[in-house]
Amino acid sequence: MQKKEGNKKSLGIYVHIPFCVKKCDYCDFLSQTGSKNMQERYVRRLLSEIRCHAPLLGQYEPDSIFIGGGTPSILEPAWIAHILDALCLACGIKIKDTREGYIDVREKFRSADSPIEITIECNPGTLDLEKLYVYKKAGINRISLGLQSANDAELKLLGRIHTWEQFVQSANAVKEVFANWNVDLMSALPGQSTESYRQSLEKVLALEPPHLSAYSLIVEEGTPFYERYGADMQARDRGERPAVLPSEEEERRMYEMTKELLSRHGFSRYEISNYARSGYECRHNLRYWRRGDYIGFGLGAASCMDNVRWHNTENMEEYLTQPHKRQDVQHLTENEQMEECMFLGLRCMKGVDTEQFCRQFGRTVEMVFGEVLADLEKKELLKQTGKYIQLTQFGIDVSNYVLAQFLLEK
Amino acid sequence: METIDQNKIRNFCIIAHIDHGKSTLADRIIEMTGLLTNREMQAQVLDNMELERERGITIKAQTVRIVYKARDGEEYIFNLIDTPGHVDFNYEVSRSLAACDGAILVVDAAQGIEAQTLANVYLALDHDLDVFPVINKIDLPSADPQRVMDEIEDVIGIEAQGAPCISAKSGLNVEEVLEQIVEKIPAPSGDPDAPLQALIFDSLYDAYKGVIIFCRIKEGTVKKGTMIRMMATKAEFETVEVGYFGAGQFIPCEELSAGMVGYITASIKNVTDTRVGDTVTDKNNPCSSPLPGYKKVNPMVYCGLYPADGAKYQDLRDALDKLQLNDAALQFEPETSVALGFGFRCGFLGLLHLEVIQERLEREYNLDLVTTAPGVVYKVHKTDGTCIELTNPSNLPDPSQIEYMEEPMVKAEIMVTSEYIGAIMDLCQERRGIYISMEYMEETRALLKYDLPLNEIIYDFFDALKSRSRGYASFDYEMKGYAGSELVKLDILINKEEVDALSFIVHAESAYERGRKMCEKLKEEIPRHLFEIPIQAAIGSKIIARETVKAMRKDVLAKCYGGDITRKRKLLEKQKEGKKRMRQIGNVEIPQKVFMSVLKLEDK
Repeated sequence: MQKKEGNKKSLGIYVHIPFCVKKCDYCDFLSQTGSKNMQERYVRRLLSEIRCHAPLLGQYEPDSIFIGGGTPSILEPAWIAHILDALCLACGIKIKDTREGYIDVREKFRSADSPIEITIECNPGTLDLEKLYVYKKAGINRISLGLQSANDAELKLLGRIHTWEQFVQSANAVKEVFANWNVDLMSALPGQSTESYRQSLEKVLALEPPHLSAYSLIVEEGTPFYERYGADMQARDRGERPAVLPSEEEERRMYEMTKELLSRHGFSRYEISNYARSGYECRHNLRYWRRGDYIGFGLGAASCMDNVRWHNTENMEEYLTQPHKRQDVQHLTENEQMEECMFLGLRCMKGVDTEQFCRQFGRTVEMVFGEVLADLEKKELLKQTGKYIQLTQFGIDVSNYVLAQFLLEK
Repeated sequence: METIDQNKIRNFCIIAHIDHGKSTLADRIIEMTGLLTNREMQAQVLDNMELERERGITIKAQTVRIVYKARDGEEYIFNLIDTPGHVDFNYEVSRSLAACDGAILVVDAAQGIEAQTLANVYLALDHDLDVFPVINKIDLPSADPQRVMDEIEDVIGIEAQGAPCISAKSGLNVEEVLEQIVEKIPAPSGDPDAPLQALIFDSLYDAYKGVIIFCRIKEGTVKKGTMIRMMATKAEFETVEVGYFGAGQFIPCEELSAGMVGYITASIKNVTDTRVGDTVTDKNNPCSSPLPGYKKVNPMVYCGLYPADGAKYQDLRDALDKLQLNDAALQFEPETSVALGFGFRCGFLGLLHLEVIQERLEREYNLDLVTTAPGVVYKVHKTDGTCIELTNPSNLPDPSQIEYMEEPMVKAEIMVTSEYIGAIMDLCQERRGIYISMEYMEETRALLKYDLPLNEIIYDFFDALKSRSRGYASFDYEMKGYAGSELVKLDILINKEEVDALSFIVHAESAYERGRKMCEKLKEEIPRHLFEIPIQAAIGSKIIARETVKAMRKDVLAKCYGGDITRKRKLLEKQKEGKKRMRQIGNVEIPQKVFMSVLKLEDK
């Protein structure tokens, strides 16, 4: 990754808050309801985890912080401020003592050209203006709002705790305090029609968010949704007509519509499922796709630094009581690094920077993946634009097939 | 050297229906005569190959010499020749029997006589063997020894009332069997001074000694230095060593003379020089005529064997070469398929033989194989008066050049309890069987005789038989020659391209049905591609069935952030892993197992 200020490498920091008011029926993330007491124990533990990583963090220059969940906004806003303070301190960013002449860098974070993107995920129904101001004061400069659908019946079906009306209130509050915000939207919901999805999209666009993440619903094993729709999904995967889930063709129409509608509204698609107005691309997420270093704090959080990947325990009791121990530590071989450089990089519409690949691995992309590239270009799944290798529209449609080709023989 | 009194030799084999306890009894005899200590004793000593033990079947004939001190105080030499237990190896069985003077017939005390029991007894009687019955598994709750004895007397017509009632598993009464061997099996005859006449009943390739010939000396004597000649193949060699069979080892001796069973080595490089059934004689003092019964065995079932990885072609050839050293019945020649590349067309005695070879190649030689559907040898009579033997459907001449075709037939004997007679007759009818006769062996059991086309029984006939009779039917067959038949070649086109390796010959009546099923099956097996793939079945230029594999499902828009990368990688690896077992045909990737799928069309 690019070097910054002296010898310090840049870093992304992820903080996981595994609590929700209620777990949604489709969700397979690590989250639970958690009593106030449990939440407090968790935050204390999290703070200690961050503090003991100070020697490591001190060698890096953080570039983005992402507080995700669960529903981070469920926590007392002051705790969020504590967490950010702890991170700044651990990273050697002096924010506390203005009397001794340090500037409060949080001022700087609030400005449009903030050196660090600091995002927090929020759910409508857990948010008010007061909370948002505390976030802003704590240094947060980007809000990600989970909406999923603008249709109340669909929201109920998903097991969401809020209505469209509540979302509008939250979004207006967010807009009052923050310029940079995102909405998560989901398509291919059970029983959803293309028309109802189009309405969701248009209602959201009317609120003018600068960033939008649009996903298809994935029925994950172990969720209540799997019990309800698992069989239907498998039928669809076999090419049969599903009973409740939208058919393959409907799903495709929803997807095409997202592309068209958003581009008409001035969004550009910068990653397979992310759209932004110019300048509002999510820096933190781009880091994942460009294989920048990141470290995760909190339950189950994943890290990858200097090509070593690991994650924290996924067991809450263990997280709260046992010493921190990296799990599933994996040293990525050079082959694995090159594979990931391709299959993550190609998710970005800009594609993989072949010159940077060459600088990083001392070999050209052609030397490593020549045959695959030729084959995929012949099939019109990939194209080269200047120094970038990109997915074509067709390539995006069948991205898993394309990306899988970049796995090298073991 | 000890001199062996011919009168003290007993050469015999054990015959039985599959699972009636032949190998177990052999083990018990070996154990009780003290040839092996308990520690050396491994269950089923004579089944050498790992595969034989695993499947509980005997593939190669095995022989052992044991010494038994009988109740009369004399020591007797027993040569126990264990015969293969499957119809595929019928000829080997007949040669092994010809090496014996008598046979022990093992019959299950609960099941009684089965189709193979009969076939084997008749085979033994044909060779003038003295047969005495043994009732096994009398410790089973359902054992009914008296009924079985009556059945043996009624059906086969040999004395059975004094038959030893034993449990080979526990060793109960096995002693009695040993005594009866002495009493009831005749000592061999033959003149040690007559010209050498020895029957080859098996052979084995040894890396150091060359081919080891297993033989029964009928007349004369052979010793180190004897110049021997194989009467059928005309090959000549100088004897290097003679000896007899310990358990799992060869024990050299001075000479083998008339009446003895043993082995000969003569620096023979090629098993094809030492055909089972051939007669060995002394070059310098030849016998007047060879022993009767020799025939060259011909493969009945053919299929293409291809390395899954084209680079392993040479490895496959080497492995086949090595297997052939021990198995003169295995035949192979190189062939090329558009779909599968370079491989071999291999001939086998039957489907079991095919499976055994395939498994040995995969296990012992670590090869990954693609097997095409097995087929039989068809006779194609052309309009120009010539006749070709067709082993590969792809080589079928243009229909305009074909006058008529013939397919091999078998004479099948099926023994079945009366309640399933109808079901089994239906099955034979479906398989184009020609009813010959039905005889009741006793009130509840009948012997059905049918003539059946071989290609209708090589796939799954046995399974179908078992499932329709709930396991109560038993089956045996022998070749019956060729009969004219209306046959067509069914071609399969994938994405409009004919896949030669999927073509097969089928009776005209069942062509539509088979074509339709084949297309359905392929539709299930071929993964979706970037484009739509038509699958068609055709006879000549006429398409008789069609299915379509839809184009690849477009991917859902899944997120992929820091914590998802490991999972994403696994997903992609899984997608890619599936691809490895694929075969590229045109621009379609086809799973390797598809080439065998024609076999599984009958699954219901």
